[in-house]
Amino acid sequence: MKIPGLAKGLAVTFRQMTQRSVTAHYPDAMPELPPRSRGVIALIEENCTSCMLCARECPAWCIYIDSHKDVVPASTEGGKDKTRNVLDRFAIDFSLCMYCSICIEACPFDALHWSPEFEYAETDIHELTHEKDRLREWMWTVPAPAALDEHAEPAKEIGVAQKTAQKTAQKTAQKAAEQAAEQAAEQAADRAADRAAEQEGT
Amino acid sequence: MLEVLLRVVLVMVAFLVLPLLVGQLEHKAMAHMQSRVGPMYAGMFHGWAQLVADGVKFVQKEDVVPAAADRTVFKLAPAVALLPYLVAMLVIPLGPGIVGQDLDLSLFFVLAVMGVGVVGTLMGGWSSANKFSLLGGIRVAAQLMAYELPFVLAAASVAMAAGTLSLAGIVAAWQPWWLLWQGIALVVFFVAGLAELQRPPFDMPVADAEIVFGPYTEYGGLRFALFILAEYAGIVVLSALVAVLFLGGWHGPFEDTVGFVWTLVKTFAVAFVVIWVRVSYPRMREDQLQRLAWQGLVPLALLQLAVTAVGVVVQQ
Repeated sequence: MKIPGLAKGLAVTFRQMTQRSVTAHYPDAMPELPPRSRGVIALIEENCTSCMLCARECPAWCIYIDSHKDVVPASTEGGKDKTRNVLDRFAIDFSLCMYCSICIEACPFDALHWSPEFEYAETDIHELTHEKDRLREWMWTVPAPAALDEHAEPAKEIGVAQKTAQKTAQKTAQKAAEQAAEQAAEQAADRAADRAAEQEGT
Repeated sequence: MLEVLLRVVLVMVAFLVLPLLVGQLEHKAMAHMQSRVGPMYAGMFHGWAQLVADGVKFVQKEDVVPAAADRTVFKLAPAVALLPYLVAMLVIPLGPGIVGQDLDLSLFFVLAVMGVGVVGTLMGGWSSANKFSLLGGIRVAAQLMAYELPFVLAAASVAMAAGTLSLAGIVAAWQPWWLLWQGIALVVFFVAGLAELQRPPFDMPVADAEIVFGPYTEYGGLRFALFILAEYAGIVVLSALVAVLFLGGWHGPFEDTVGFVWTLVKTFAVAFVVIWVRVSYPRMREDQLQRLAWQGLVPLALLQLAVTAVGVVVQQ
């Protein structure tokens, strides 16, 4: 007989009905996105050197960069004038972008970051090309990097920074000690001179 | 005269409201059985107005008739599919005296009329000038042939037990222990009814993976809506019949005052089972469908008839 199987089928659907549904009520409730979600690419303009690495690596050719060179006058007299890249335009066409993250990996100066924001649909496809001011605005939505695991090695950058800090601290301490020693020596010399003057006086 | 008018209006209201309630129940129950939530926006509260919105949409659509179709039959088919259920509702009693039109032969009348509903689907399949529609229509015909017999035999068993063909009379004669005595007939009647309505798991005529949407393939707009409405009206009629014939209609606590509520509660309980079965089981193959009818339901119905006959003789 097939009755137990049929009853089991009914039981499964009924049990499912009594449980909470798994539907995500998206426009009413925002989804909980996993860390490092790829929503939109944000740009820190100050970090960008217009090196074009991102634009060249982009498989979809969706990054547009225009820049020119500015001359910075020499700071010391008789020195050489320096040149500096100035970013004129940085735009990402999100209608072409395939969210591969290669530009962000390629950027040597950490100018590009993933933001989890994903609600930037447009009615006109041209609006999907985000210019640099808009890309800069996305930067405010970039979350802090995820914390390291509990027993993980500290990040290299932190080690380097700590060493530098220690060195500077040592140096300042040494300087302070030297200064203190000098001062003490001076004071001692002053006192000795004073005493000698007194003795001469008597 | 006024009373007749009132009864007709009430039946009309029931005919327009109950299928929508069943449809909404199906939307919601099926959604939750599949771990979804179903419609949520129409009507501002849990999508209660979804089917009204659907209806408005269907009305707005263009009325398309295929060039090669048999126009008259094609246009007539939805009405033929829908009207029998309206007529059937007329004679199903909700409570003692609460009935559109009390007939002495109401059981016979309902069964005869329900068979006509299937003809509408058959007409649609035949007149659409579409081979998928035709295949679907022929499957409908085969299904009708196979399941009408156990359907009628099961109903005959109750009529035999009650000694009357009047639905009100059957409810009046009903006693709780009939649930056991007529248990086989209950199952046979319900399953055969599902098959007559082409409800899953017996929806071979509209098997979308094979024949698009069977007889309804060429239909759109209001005519399609009428076919769908006919399906849900069919569920209401079948559920009401099961409730009245086998579950004791208005029998229950305080049946003198709220008897009709009991009939409605039982009807909707059966309608829920119809939906529940739809969600739980996959579609049967055409040969499985036929085998179930001829090798399963017909012998069972005959067995039930024998049991009923013995019971009736012993009781006398």
